[in-house]
Formats: sequence, structure tokens, C-alpha cells
Amino acid sequence: MEFTSPSDFAKRQVLSVQEYSLLAVRSFTNLFTQPRYIRDTLQQMDFIGVGSLPIVVLTGFSIGAVLALNSANALARYGGLSFTGQLVALSMVRELGPVVTGLMVAGRNSTGIASELGSMKVNEQIDAMRALGTDPTKKLVTPRVIATVIMNFFLTIIADLMGLAGGSVVARFLLGLDMNQYWTTAWQILAFGDVFMGLTKPLFFGFIIATIGCYYGLSAKGGTQGVGRATTQAMVVASVLIVVVDFFLTRIIMVWLPS
Amino acid sequence: MAELYPVEEHAESLASERDRAIIFDNVSIAFEDRQVLDRVSFHVRRGETKAIFGVAGSGKTLILKLTLGLIKPDSGRILVLGYDVTAMPEEELFELRRKIGMVFQESALFDSLTVEENVAYRLFEEHDLPPEEVRESVLETLRFVELEHTVDMSPSELSGGMRRRVAIARAMITQPEVLLYDSPTGGLDPVTSTTIVELLVKQRDVYKTTSLLVTHRLQDAFIMATHYFDRQTNAMKEIPTGSPVNVATTFILLRDGKVIFDGTAQELAQSRDPYIRDYLS
Repeated sequence: MEFTSPSDFAKRQVLSVQEYSLLAVRSFTNLFTQPRYIRDTLQQMDFIGVGSLPIVVLTGFSIGAVLALNSANALARYGGLSFTGQLVALSMVRELGPVVTGLMVAGRNSTGIASELGSMKVNEQIDAMRALGTDPTKKLVTPRVIATVIMNFFLTIIADLMGLAGGSVVARFLLGLDMNQYWTTAWQILAFGDVFMGLTKPLFFGFIIATIGCYYGLSAKGGTQGVGRATTQAMVVASVLIVVVDFFLTRIIMVWLPS
Repeated sequence: MAELYPVEEHAESLASERDRAIIFDNVSIAFEDRQVLDRVSFHVRRGETKAIFGVAGSGKTLILKLTLGLIKPDSGRILVLGYDVTAMPEEELFELRRKIGMVFQESALFDSLTVEENVAYRLFEEHDLPPEEVRESVLETLRFVELEHTVDMSPSELSGGMRRRVAIARAMITQPEVLLYDSPTGGLDPVTSTTIVELLVKQRDVYKTTSLLVTHRLQDAFIMATHYFDRQTNAMKEIPTGSPVNVATTFILLRDGKVIFDGTAQELAQSRDPYIRDYLS
């Protein structure tokens, strides 16, 4: 096993943050320069968005159902079983919908992007692309970032709806609550700030998922083992960043738009 | 290209610099603690093919990547077609690279694209041509490398030699001013290697393209230096003794990061340097 000095380790980490930041900024500034790869972006939207739909639908529904089940257990102790719909709606829209969708999309797409770009990197296809006069950040990174940000936004809305649907099934068939009451209270409890928070988070999470996947893919080295390492790192870092950024976003939006 | 960095106009060297497609001027680069290239200087004239030899790890492929600006040297200047690639930002290099073609060691074909899409890559990127025109151009280029029948195949369906030929077709479809070949015959059987060498000779003699050729196979480079492409018979032929035909093919040999030989095949074969004698044997 090779040992590295703490200063070398620290320098490498700082360099990684710098390289990631530059890539993230370029992925954004590329939006304002030619050429724009619209076909590639639509392909990625299909792959990332439509491809992630089944897992988002399933997890959204399950999380909503479990949330209703668990919250009903606690609410029943205080005679507040009728608040189940409100609790599911607030939890799903503000927090669980965006985070769970983010984690699911990260698991599927951050790794997918890292392994695809990593394979291209170790097979010299990225160098070939540069040699052919194409900027890989424009051709590969920006379309993936746009696609992930847009599709993660819509996937989160679908996950929220599926979560509410899962909760309603549990509320109706296991808790014996009235469906009309469940949906009415769930709808009425949601304020502008809740929806704003729930729809802002997926934009940031989508950006994190795509840029982290691209960064680790484009940094891959060392053959197939390097691609495997890049894939794992992309998944871990994207997931951790989603959870950490979620906290700060929640805090900022709560301060900016108090309930 | 007006915004690119032109060569400084030193009156006395202007004419010679214009004649030179590639100039390496005291180029050095090190990785970790290892000095891979140490004040390397050489030039390639327009229309000339220069073969680069050296043992594994001597920096041959690195020279090609430096020429393209894919890697920046620690010191020294590299001029390609009059532009200083060591001083150009990546965004401007993309424009210059469109005048240069490169064939990578492992072909580096895009495996998610078909042969047609790979070969037409530059046409799609640089021009807004109708699909029929693109296909015709691709077929014509594939005909040059005798792989017309693979147009709709994917790279994974091709053999190593075929992939290498498709990579050559991809590099030459826009008729670049400079071609860089990284071990185009590496790992191939002798018959396929000869086919590839014939293609390089054809490209050199038909289109007069300036080329840098990295190779481990001495015989390939010597074949290039001693043969020409006969358009009438559409075949490679040996240059007869005493013939005035000049195929403009020269060699450089790298050792310990330095250029220890720069000259013709004849001069290389006649060298009395013990290392070169040993290398040639």
C-alpha cells in the first residue's frame, strides 16, 4: 500500500475541488456559446428521464405509503389520524420527494455518466474527440447537465404525486380514512414556500448528479479498474452532496420564505 | 483564425518557418520526477513525413499529443502550421485541431457510433451538409482505405486492422494539412501492417500531407522511405536505384528524452553510433 504525505493529500483534494468547480462553471457557461448539441441533450433527456421513471415511480409510491403508515401510528396516539394526508404532503413535497428522487437518479445516472465517460477516457475517445476539434465539455458534459436538471425536476414532481398516491392507498385501505378528506387536507396544507422548496431542490440536485458524474468520468485513469473506481466515487460523492446541500437549501429557503 | 497566435515575424527566419509545418523548439516535459522530453528540437517541413523511433516510454506518443496541444510542455515552444500551440488556450486549439488529423494507437473509435458516423464525425461537427452528401463523402473515404462495405457496421464488429483503417479514414476525411499516426501498425499481423503502410504511402504521395509517424516497427518506416505510390497501378512500388523520386520521409530517434538522430533512412542505416547500431539490429 502506498502512503502519501498529509500535505500531498490536501493538495490533491484542493486540486480536485478546483477542477470540479471549473468543470461545473464551464458546463453552465457553455449554454451561452456555440455549438449547442440539442440532439445529444434530447437523447440524454430520454435516457435519464424516461429511463429513471420506473424507479422513481416505485420508490415514490413506497416512501409515501411507508410515511403514511408510520405517521399514522404516531398521530393516532394524539388523536390526529386525520392529519395523515397533511403530514405525507408536507414531507413528500418539501423533503422526501426531492431527496429520494435525487438519490435514485444519482444511483442510476451519476454512476452511468461516470462509467460511460470513464470508459471513453481510458479508451482515448475523449482525446480523440479533442483531436477532432470538439470540446468534450460542450458535447458530453453540458447536454447531460441540462438533461439531468430538467428531468430531475419533473421526476421529483412525479415522485411527489406517487408518494401522495401511496399514502392515500394506505390511508384508505389500512387506516380507513376518507379519500376525499386525505386529498383535500393534503392539498390545502401546501403553501407557496413548500412547493417552492420542493421544486428548487431538484434543480440543484440534478446539477450535482450530472456534474459529479461527468467530473469523475473525465478524471478516470487506470483502465477498467479506474472506471470502476470513478463510478463508485461518483455515486458516493453525489449522494453525500445531495444530503448536505439539502440541509443548506432547506435552511436558506426557510429563512427567505418563512411558513 | 485571426485571433490565434501567429509566429513572431523574425525577418530572417520567416521563410524557413513558413516552410515548416511543425517546429519543436527546446521542448521539455517531466512527469512526477521523470524527465520524459529534455530540450527536444526538430522540425517537419510541409509535405514531409517524419517517423519517430524510440524504446517504449521514450515519449513518442507524447510528441504527438504535444503537437495537438492535448498536453502542454513544461518549457519550450511548439509551432504547428505557424501557430504556437503552447500559448493557445484550449478554445482556440479546437479550431487549429480541425486542420490536423490523428490516428490513435488503439484507434479510439467512438463505440456508440457506426462506422459511417465515426468517419463523418468531423463533417457533422464542422459543416451543415445534407445526409446524402455526407454519406457519399464517407463512402469515398472508406473506398480509399478499402472498407466501403463496413459503412453501416459498428466498431465492435471490426477486426483490429479494420478499426485502424477506419481511424485513418476518420482522420483524413476533411483532408487535414497535418496527419499524426500513433503506432498505426502496432499489434497487427504482417499482412495487415503492410496494408496500413501502403495506405500511409498512398496518403503521403497522393495528398502530400505533412505527417508525424510514431512506430516501433523499423521495417514499416523503411518501407515508407523506400517505396512510392504508383497511381497508374494503384499500388505501392519500390523506388528504383538511382531514381530521382523523393518521398520526403525522414527519421528521428529518441533516447533518454533527447533526439539523438534526425536524418534520412540512408543516414540512419549508415550511422556508426553504437546505440543506433544496436537499435537497428
